[in-house]
Amino acid sequence: MKTDIGTAGPGRQTEPTLDDPILPRMFQVRRIFSETADSFSCELQPSDGEVMHFSPGQFNMLYVFGVGEIPISISGNPDKPKLLVHTIRSVGPASKAIRRLKRGDLIGVRGPYGTGWPVKGAEGNDVVIVAGGIGLAPLRPLIYRVLAEREKYGRVALLVGARTPGDILFQRQLERWRGRLDIDVLVTVDKAPRSWRGNVGVVTSLIPKIRFDPATTTAFVCGPEVMMRFTAMELEVRGVPTSNLHFSLERNMKCGIGLCGHCQLGPYFICKDGPVLGLDKIKKLMALREI
Amino acid sequence: MHQTLEPIMAEQPFLKGLDAEHLQLLVGCASNVRYEAGQYLLRESEEANQFYIIRHGRVAIEVYTPNRGPIVIETLGEGDVLGWSWLVPPYNWRFDARAIELTRAIVLDGKCLRGKCEQDYQLGYELLSRFLQIIERRLQATRLQLLDVYKD
Ligand SMILES: Cc1cc2nc3c(=O)[nH]c(=O)nc-3n(C[C@H](O)[C@H](O)[C@H](O)COP(=O)(O)OP(=O)(O)OC[C@H]3O[C@@H](n4cnc5c(N)ncnc54)[C@H](O)[C@@H]3O)c2cc1C
Ligand code: FES
Repeated sequence: MKTDIGTAGPGRQTEPTLDDPILPRMFQVRRIFSETADSFSCELQPSDGEVMHFSPGQFNMLYVFGVGEIPISISGNPDKPKLLVHTIRSVGPASKAIRRLKRGDLIGVRGPYGTGWPVKGAEGNDVVIVAGGIGLAPLRPLIYRVLAEREKYGRVALLVGARTPGDILFQRQLERWRGRLDIDVLVTVDKAPRSWRGNVGVVTSLIPKIRFDPATTTAFVCGPEVMMRFTAMELEVRGVPTSNLHFSLERNMKCGIGLCGHCQLGPYFICKDGPVLGLDKIKKLMALREI
Repeated sequence: MHQTLEPIMAEQPFLKGLDAEHLQLLVGCASNVRYEAGQYLLRESEEANQFYIIRHGRVAIEVYTPNRGPIVIETLGEGDVLGWSWLVPPYNWRFDARAIELTRAIVLDGKCLRGKCEQDYQLGYELLSRFLQIIERRLQATRLQLLDVYKD
């Protein structure tokens, strides 16, 4: 099985091993509820009672029996691992099949996989979190962690972009966070009816509105790749060091553990070396059109 | 009134770094304005003879379409600069700007400034290069908006 993985280049950080768990564990659906018109959250509990601990930014392979398996980031609180939460956009067969599951149904879960957000590395720094669309889901565990250890960071800002006001994820939670005095929360939408009294404009337009010290800022960004590229440019122009910019990438996945090569991006396997990668590693690769 | 505006204007990000003499010239063309929620700062096709630096509040840039009514294309807030049509002939606004909430701004007389820029190219250069940065940022933002990145 190791034969076809030699194609990964010198940048590989971790060698795949067959010790990686490949068999799904059984989880029971506790609750599924809508977040927006086309996205929902699902709360799972382990059938064997053994909770899944995870780092913010990690993902699971969710297996819907008879349909297929898809990678989905964990969106719950890492300090409350009893409930395993994922937030999913219904786009195709597997995600729609998860939406149709009912309380008590079983789902296979492999994980947690991948690198997490380097939260420790941001200690002492200002933190800028930029989310676009469903990209807020993989960032939510990081937000929970930063707020739980708020004293370890300088200024903290959360910038959220969505297509329309109806597409804003976790609205009530955003309002609660906005009510805190120790985090700046700004939300903007690309399009809005006149009744919307909030910001209209792309998420990068929020960057000039927050205060941070660029030289000692760590940024965590997740959203569509074009949005992440524009965000990177804006933050770099303001002087945030390239090595302090972290992105969560998506690629088609099969094994999720660095064996099959489906998720390869240049020298990296996104499932194992990512999904969170520093801009210093992926800058050139992101600019290429076909990878 | 101009005495009180100078320190406020010197603090505006848009004018940061402008030398004292040029700042004085701008202060001479500036005054304070206030708009209640719902009031228009400017309307499409009217003469564009001013620009605004927003101090507080929020302003919606709207374009009117016959079938869909007014569409908000962008909102501006504290520290943002509104309007560059006063720089480009035929000096007409291409959109509406409406206060969404109580908004206070500094309005600068563009006609007066156009004259001063003709006489003082250094001032003209300083202003144009600042506006160019805003225009470039808005162009990038418009491109990103057009891509409709959250759709698929
Ligand atoms: C590491 C990782 C973490 C992820 N986390 C999340 C998450 O938290 N929430 C979530 O909703 N999704 C997440 N995704 C994306 C998710 O895996 C895909 O949307 C899913 O595989 C679609 O499967 P499907 O069978 O429902 O649809 P498919 O039939 O596979 O796809 C249906 C349509 O969606 C498009 N599509 C498929 N995958 C993607 C993708 N990755 N990005 C954009 N469009 C896609 C396809 O081009 C197609 O048009 C993540 C992906 C990765 C790699
Ligand atoms: S190597 Fe198989 S999905 Fe990454």
